Amino acid sequence: MNPIVLEMAVKGTSVLGFISVSAMFLIWWERKVSAHIQNRMGPTTVGWHGALQSIADSIKLLLKENIVPSGVDKLVWWLAPFFVVVPSVAAFVAIPFGENLIVRDLNVGVLYISSVTAVCVLGIFMAGWGSNNKYSLLGGMRSAAQIISYEVPLLLSITLVVMEAGTLSMQEIVAAQHNGWFIFKPHLALACIVYLISSTAEVNRVPFDIPEAESELGAGYHTEYTGMKFAMFFVAEYTNLVIVSAVAATIFFGGWSGPWLPPVVWFLLKTYGLVFLSMWVRWTLPRVRMDQMMSFAWKFLTPLSLVNILVSGWFMVAR
Amino acid sequence: MNNEVVKQNNPDPAAGLPSEELIVNMGPQHPSTHGVLYLELRLNGEIVVDCRPHIGYLHRSCEKIAENRTYIQFIPFTDRLDYLASMNNNLGYVLAVEKLLNLQVNDRVSYVRTIIAELNRIASHLVSLGTFAQDLGAYATPMFYCFRDRETIIQLFDELCGGRLTFNYMRIGGVQSELPPHADKYIKDFIKYERKKLKEYNELLTYNAIFLARTKKIGILKPEVAINYSVTGPNLRASGVKWDIRKDEPYMLYNRFKFDVPVGKQGDSWDRFKVKLDEIGESLKIVEQAIGGLPPGNAVAKINKVFKAPPSETYLRTENPRGELGFYLVSDGGLKPYRNKIRSPSFCNLAVLPELIHGLNVSDAVCVLGSIDIVMGEIDR
Amino acid sequence: MELSQVVQTIREKFPEAITEERPAAIVIKKEALLAVAQFLKSGELAFDNLHCVTGVDWKDKMEVVYHLYSFKNRFMLTLKVFLSLEDLSVESLCGLWKSANWLERETYDFFGIKFLNHPDPRRILNPDEWTDWPLRKNFDRPDFVRLPQSEGLKGGG
Repeated sequence: MNPIVLEMAVKGTSVLGFISVSAMFLIWWERKVSAHIQNRMGPTTVGWHGALQSIADSIKLLLKENIVPSGVDKLVWWLAPFFVVVPSVAAFVAIPFGENLIVRDLNVGVLYISSVTAVCVLGIFMAGWGSNNKYSLLGGMRSAAQIISYEVPLLLSITLVVMEAGTLSMQEIVAAQHNGWFIFKPHLALACIVYLISSTAEVNRVPFDIPEAESELGAGYHTEYTGMKFAMFFVAEYTNLVIVSAVAATIFFGGWSGPWLPPVVWFLLKTYGLVFLSMWVRWTLPRVRMDQMMSFAWKFLTPLSLVNILVSGWFMVAR
Repeated sequence: MNNEVVKQNNPDPAAGLPSEELIVNMGPQHPSTHGVLYLELRLNGEIVVDCRPHIGYLHRSCEKIAENRTYIQFIPFTDRLDYLASMNNNLGYVLAVEKLLNLQVNDRVSYVRTIIAELNRIASHLVSLGTFAQDLGAYATPMFYCFRDRETIIQLFDELCGGRLTFNYMRIGGVQSELPPHADKYIKDFIKYERKKLKEYNELLTYNAIFLARTKKIGILKPEVAINYSVTGPNLRASGVKWDIRKDEPYMLYNRFKFDVPVGKQGDSWDRFKVKLDEIGESLKIVEQAIGGLPPGNAVAKINKVFKAPPSETYLRTENPRGELGFYLVSDGGLKPYRNKIRSPSFCNLAVLPELIHGLNVSDAVCVLGSIDIVMGEIDR
Repeated sequence: MELSQVVQTIREKFPEAITEERPAAIVIKKEALLAVAQFLKSGELAFDNLHCVTGVDWKDKMEVVYHLYSFKNRFMLTLKVFLSLEDLSVESLCGLWKSANWLERETYDFFGIKFLNHPDPRRILNPDEWTDWPLRKNFDRPDFVRLPQSEGLKGGG
């Protein structure tokens, strides 16, 4: 067999495997975390502390009937889940799990990840538009507005990292943090906070879960999806969460570097630590309103990031 | 649901583009309509232009049933009105019947009733606070905290009368059973515990920046509007009207207890929330005084199973967690009431909703609906 | 404030309106309702709250009961109007108290009493297609209710 094809197959399979295992683990873990925050037990029956619950759930979702509501825009409706899942899988290409554990160390890695994940919004909007449901439509429109708005501060805070590291490659950004993680530098710490807030909005999680606001819109853009299609939205949500956390771990927290433990363990520890932070926030805070969220992005986060870039850029030049 | 065109070619002057109004049918099955309320919303984008509530999905015609039951037989039906505050409904009904019969009860009965009713008020307010936070998108955590505290109260009621939601505990002339022997310690422990937890709720919700941003100045109900719409209970007090029947026209022995009537300043959603939270504290005070000064005697009802009421009529209203519950009883001298009108607080409180959410967006409409705190069981009766 | 005081004040202004005084209620003429209500709300009596509206079916006549409350004087007034079965209509009080809107709709829904000049005279709790008045004493409890799809929804079946 052609070695390149073999390499692609191995890498592709491992990425897909990681995504599904990670999503299933995160779903179980989120249920446990939320349960313990709320004085509950969470899943306990299937496996050790309910660890196999996600597998049982995915079997259930696989076996479910695929219901196509009447009046949907068939093509758009069918394609939407793929537009949501594929970008999040594709983004894993440039994420470094270890020194050599990376699918391809692109020289524009950061740019690649942020542009690929931005395609996600298209899928969400397609789902909202094609579902022939007003709640879905509102959810899709909200989502488009939200994700595009928060892309700006997100990229601006990444810009600051790129300025500091002088490179767009993920591996070289990790290498640039050899003498100290970026989070310990004050201007980058600020950028990190902006990044974490905007990324929470990017992946539609509380307090920015406006597109799927349960108490207002039922389930938002994926109201009309059942079975595996719904599961794809679900997997994509958790995969996106892993991606933004992994990127944050890489560009602010030194990536896979760390003492004693193997690099991949460090990477996963940091990533899932940030995921845990997101869960903690999710199960504590109420949701903000659409206009409040938009004005927060445009009137606070974006100017803050711009000023941050300006000031730190001035210092960098003066140095 | 079809995205049918509601109003064709209503040009938006700002963009020069045609725009349409969207009709969204919110309910009868919807996560935040607190039961089977159906709101017909006309939206301009996400702004509510018009709202028409449709009710009656839970209608059981309690008033007709009452005409075919003796006075005692109707007590269990009052449980099903405001099912979160069954004890208070029981109390309102038995007080109205006692007034009709001109029946005096001893002090112990009143004290036991006060304790139970106030505990149920706390339980009811806890549910309403928790679900309100849920409506604002705080995924279940405040709700579980509130339900944990409510559980303590429900456990006591369970021991008291064997029910956890519909109690059927109050009787004409007394109550069903005495407080269990350990109730004194149990309730005192609960008061101590709940006071600690109220601080926790303040930290978790009341002064949370997002919570404030979502609820402050949203759905402002002016006092004169509230009175004109006959809004009662915490919603009226949140508008700044210091009015509580327990204080201003005391029934039973409420005049013996010292407590404050919390009022809001603006009448917005936050005030409605805060008033309820403060009322839990005031109810704890009442319970503390009542359990401390519980007079000796017998609280269990001793009255004939079958009796006739003199031909007369009476209207009695009591302060329920959601407002003033009124019973208008007309007797023609028979075994059964000739007419039993239930004036339910949520019914009048809901009527003000369209006025409050006009011009707000959908998220705020949900917030206002949650803060008004309705129970469909007593709206539809 | 006492009931007799209210009665006297109304008598001064509308000498003919009150037809009957009861221990806890006053009965007024149907024609005078709107004017008296207006007077009760705006004058020194200041009944700013319409607390409850309901009906009672006395078989030979219908009664509409209004519970008015004055926050200023701390007084609850029970106002009654009797309607003959031939003409079951009375002026709506929606213009004075907004709470009358739903309360009158409910009374219409259960007794079939028409409220003239009501802004939204629909049924409220029962299905719109229904033609029965369930709280009337001559109402036969239906054994079943036909579904709306079948010809005409009628409860008396």
